[in-house]
Amino acid sequence: MEERSEAELIAAVLKGDATSFEPLVAKYSPRVFATARRYARRESEIEDICQEVWLKAFDKLKTFRGEAPFEHWLMRMAVRTCYDFLRGHQRNRISSFSEISEPEEDWLERFVAEPGSVAEDADAAKLLIDRVLEKLSPEARMVIQLLEIEDRSVKEIAEITGWSVPLVKVRAFRARGEMKKILARITQDKYL
Amino acid sequence: MNLSELQKKLIAAARLNPPDDRVPYAFEKGITALIAARAGADRWVFWARGLWRAAASCVAVAVVLGALSLFTPATPDSSKDLSQDFENTLLASADLPDSSSMP
Repeated sequence: MEERSEAELIAAVLKGDATSFEPLVAKYSPRVFATARRYARRESEIEDICQEVWLKAFDKLKTFRGEAPFEHWLMRMAVRTCYDFLRGHQRNRISSFSEISEPEEDWLERFVAEPGSVAEDADAAKLLIDRVLEKLSPEARMVIQLLEIEDRSVKEIAEITGWSVPLVKVRAFRARGEMKKILARITQDKYL
Repeated sequence: MNLSELQKKLIAAARLNPPDDRVPYAFEKGITALIAARAGADRWVFWARGLWRAAASCVAVAVVLGALSLFTPATPDSSKDLSQDFENTLLASADLPDSSSMP
């Protein structure tokens, strides 16, 4: 069977053929899931976020004008849904770092002893950064994720989040400060 | 401790570990089913909303008519009001003498 183009599928969905939405879901779900996994840890939460993204995409499909690729439009929706999720799950943010695992502690100790010797690709480093990101405020986490980890420009972040460029800059400045404070708290708890 | 250096190391660690992009089995089928189920539910919501609107309109009309009947001044010939006319009309046949029993 000949594969239909994205534009044809979208047009069919808008005419009322909901089954034409399925190939779009199948094609872009890996990217949506990867985005959701940047902000949520539990698989059930990740699946809920992705489900919400696709239902929103279906409901708002008529607002897609086709000027930018569908993927960009969808990813913007995915990031905004993740941001809403972060705002709704802030309760466990402020807690102590006593739960840091042994490998994380070892990694930090090695960093304290000799900063240049520790590897960034260690599992412990990944666990530690995940823990730090979880302690950030939703705005700070969003900015650190998009700006520092995904290496996006301020303009891109403004487009994705709907914030103004100056606001992104202000939030980026505050986010770096917030992250430093969290790191200071970890090191103060453990090494001072 | 150099916190900036630690921050850089941790950000680098996050960059080196991109998230997994695996999708649960038949996820797209689930979404399609959910959309179809919602469309069915939406029809009932639409119908219920229509009924509520109709009920609200009926209540509004009843209130307006009630207010009109309460606040309109009574006519000088109050004995010949609508209810009296209605009753007379309704019972007119009962009031008529039975022609078969007449001599």
